[in-house]
Amino acid sequence: MNFEFAEEQELLREQARGFLSENCPGSAVRAVLDGEADYDAELWRKVAEMGWTATVIPEEFGGLGLSYLELVVIAEELGRSVAPIPFSSSVYLATEALLANGTLAQKEKWLPLLASGEAIGTFALAEGNGRPSVSSLSTRMTDDGLTGRKIPVPDGRAANFAIVVGATDSGDGASLYLVELDQEGVSQEVVRTLDFSRGHSVMVFNGAKAELLGGDGAGWSAMTALLDRAAVLFAWEQVGLADAALEQARDYAMGRYAFGRAIASYQAIKHKLAAMYVKNTLARSNCYYGAWALDSGSAELPLAAATARVGAIQASVFAAEENIQTHGGMGFTWEFDCQFYYRRAKLLSVGIGSEGYWQDRLVTAYEQTNVA
Amino acid sequence: MDFTDTQEEAAFRAEAAAWLKDNVPSQDELQGMNELEIAKMWQQRKYDAGWACIRWDKAFGGRNASAIEQVIWNQEESKYDVPGGFFVIGQGMAAPTLMTWGRPEHHERYLPKLASGEEIWCQLFSEPAGGSDLAALRTKAERDGDHWIVNGQKIWTSGAHYSDFGIVVVRTDPNVPKHKGLSYFFLDMKSPGVEIKPIRQLTGGANFNEVYFTDVRIPDSQRLGEVGQGWQVALTTLMNERAAIGGGGGGVNVDTAYRIASEVMIDDKPAIEDGAVRAKLANWYVQESGLRFTGYRSMTAMSRGEIPGPENSIGKLVGAPKNQEMASFCMDLLEMSGAIWDEKLSKEAGLLQLSYMGSPGLRIAGGTDEIMANIIAERVLGMPQEPRMDKGIPFTEVPTGNN
Repeated sequence: MNFEFAEEQELLREQARGFLSENCPGSAVRAVLDGEADYDAELWRKVAEMGWTATVIPEEFGGLGLSYLELVVIAEELGRSVAPIPFSSSVYLATEALLANGTLAQKEKWLPLLASGEAIGTFALAEGNGRPSVSSLSTRMTDDGLTGRKIPVPDGRAANFAIVVGATDSGDGASLYLVELDQEGVSQEVVRTLDFSRGHSVMVFNGAKAELLGGDGAGWSAMTALLDRAAVLFAWEQVGLADAALEQARDYAMGRYAFGRAIASYQAIKHKLAAMYVKNTLARSNCYYGAWALDSGSAELPLAAATARVGAIQASVFAAEENIQTHGGMGFTWEFDCQFYYRRAKLLSVGIGSEGYWQDRLVTAYEQTNVA
Repeated sequence: MDFTDTQEEAAFRAEAAAWLKDNVPSQDELQGMNELEIAKMWQQRKYDAGWACIRWDKAFGGRNASAIEQVIWNQEESKYDVPGGFFVIGQGMAAPTLMTWGRPEHHERYLPKLASGEEIWCQLFSEPAGGSDLAALRTKAERDGDHWIVNGQKIWTSGAHYSDFGIVVVRTDPNVPKHKGLSYFFLDMKSPGVEIKPIRQLTGGANFNEVYFTDVRIPDSQRLGEVGQGWQVALTTLMNERAAIGGGGGGVNVDTAYRIASEVMIDDKPAIEDGAVRAKLANWYVQESGLRFTGYRSMTAMSRGEIPGPENSIGKLVGAPKNQEMASFCMDLLEMSGAIWDEKLSKEAGLLQLSYMGSPGLRIAGGTDEIMANIIAERVLGMPQEPRMDKGIPFTEVPTGNN
C-alpha cells in the first residue's frame, strides 16, 4: 500500500503549477469574465500543446497513454487557477464518453482531434430545472433526426460536438448520441450563468443529424458510469480550488490589521481557517481514494467517486464562501479575485449533479458495497 | 499510489490474520475475568508471540515493523472485539517520550514491560489551574540531593488508580517565564505521598482521578530532558497523544447508523429511504473515509521517515464531534425510545446513550476542539498566536484570576 503520488507525478504538478501561474494568472480569468469570449482560446491552445488534453488517450489514438493519476494532478492545478477553458467538458466528459462507449470508427475519428485540442467536445444532459431522470427527458431521435432542447450546456459554443443524452423506448430508456454542432439542425444561444468565465448555452436540436454512441437503450447506465469517472476528476479540480481559496484567505488575514494586530491572530478567524483546512484535507484524502479507484478500474469506483465528490463540493463551497467573509467588504468587490473561487465553486458543485444527488449516490453505493 | 497490498504486505496480512484467528481468546476462556485482566492477558499473549507494539525495536518486544504493517495489523486486529484501551497512554505516549528523551537503561527497564502490558502508565499533566493552558501548571518540585520533592495536585488523570508508573510535568523554577520553569519526570505511582481520588463523570463512571502529591520523592535519574526543558519534552508526548487517540475510535459509526436507519421507520417506510437521513449518513461517511485515508497518508509519510506532525490534530477534532452528532441523530431516529439507556431495553444495548454521554469528554480530553483548531491554524497554517498577558514575565507575576 502506498498513499502518495509518485515522484514523476509530483514533477508534473510542479511543472503544471509553474505553467499556469505564468499563463493563467488572475488577469486571464478576469479577461474572460469581463469580455465577450466564451473561453481563453490562447490558453486552450497552450494547454493542448502541453499534451494535457491527450493525457489518458491511448497512443494508438494520438494520445499520451498516461494514467489517471497524471490527469488528476492536472485537474487539481486547473482548479487552483480557476482556468477559463473547456477542459472538464472536453476531457472529463466527452473524451471519457468516447473511450467508454465509442466504436473503433468513432474513436479513430474523434480521439486524435480531442488529444490535439483541435476538437472540443461537451456533454449535454440537463433540460431545465430539477434532477434529470429518464422520464424527464424530452430530447429524442425522430424520423427527421434529433429533436429537443438542452439547457444549460457547458462550453456548448466552444464545442465541435456534443454527447447528448436522449430518450428512447428501448433498454434503460435513454441513449447517448454524438452530435456535430456545426450543422443546420443545431442552434445555440448564450446562457448567462453565475460563472461567466465559462461559456454556457441553450442548445436546440431540430432534426439534427446524430449518431448513436453505445447501444440504443444503454444510455442511462452509460451516463451514470460516465458521471462516476467525471466525479473524481471534478473533485480534484474542486480540491485545488478549495486550497487556493484557503491560501488567499490566510495571506489576506496575515496582512490585514484591525485593532492593532493581524486579523489572522484572532481565534474567530483562526478557527474559520482551521475548519477550511480540515474540510480540504478530508476531501483531498477521499480524492486519493477516488483517483486510485478510477485508475485501477476498481469495483469500488461508485462509492469512491461519490465520497470524493461530496467532500469536494462541501470543501470548495465552504472555502470560497468563507474566503470572502475573511476579506470583509473588499472580498465583495469586483476588483478582488475572491469572486473567481465563489463563482467557480458553485458552478462545479451543480455541474454533473448536486451535493444532494451525490449524497444519495454515495449511500446507494455504500449499500451495494457493504450490505449486498 | 496503490491502495492494495504488495506481495510482502499480503503475506504479512495473512500471517497476522492466521495468528489472530488461532489466538484471540474465546468467550469460555474469559469467564469470570474483569476487563483489565482480559486486556492484560491479551497484551501478554501478543507480546509473547511478537505481535505487541510491532513498530518497536525487537529488543524492546516489537518486530521493527513498518508504518504500513502497523496499519495492516490494526485492520486485522480490529476485526475482533479485543480490549486495548488500558495501554494507549503508556504505549502511545509515555513510550515514545522515553525513546526520544530517556537513556538506554530506561529503555531496557521500562519498554518491554510497557509492550507486554505488565506495567501500565498514566499521564499527570493537567491541573486545576492548567488545562488548555497546560504550561500554567503549579505542582512544584524542589531539589534535595539526588532526589526531587514534589508537592501539588494533578487532575483528569485517566487510569491513575490502576497504573504502575506516571509521566509528570512539574514546575522547578517559578521565577522564570512559565514555559521555561518546567521539568519532566516519571515516577512510581506507589511512591509514598501519592494519593489518588476518583472523579465521577457525568456518564456515572469514574475512569479519571485527582492525584495529590505530598512530599513525594522522585529520583533525579527519572528526569527526562534537562531541568527547565520540561515543556519541550511534554510536546513530544502531546504530539504522540494526537496520533495515538486519533479519531477517538469505537462509538457510533456509519455502519451502526445505517443499521438503525434500515430498521426503524419514518411514516411506515425504512428511515434509510428518507432523503434527509441519506444526506446525513453520506456526510458522516465522507468524514469517516476522509479520516481513514488521511491516517493512511500520514503512515506513508512516516514510512519515508517523516515524524507525525500537527496535522494529526484533525482526527480528534473531526472524530469527537462526529461521534456526538451521530449518537444524537441515531437517538432521534428512535424517537421517544431514544431516551432509554436501560441496556436490556434500548437499541444497541445502550451504546448510543453511552456514546452521547461520553462525547463531551472526547471533545475536551487531550486538547479541546478549540485548542486543536488553534494548533492547526498556528502550526500548520502559520497564523500568529493571540497576544498573551503571560509572555516574558516570571511565572509568579502572571495574573491568575480566581483559579
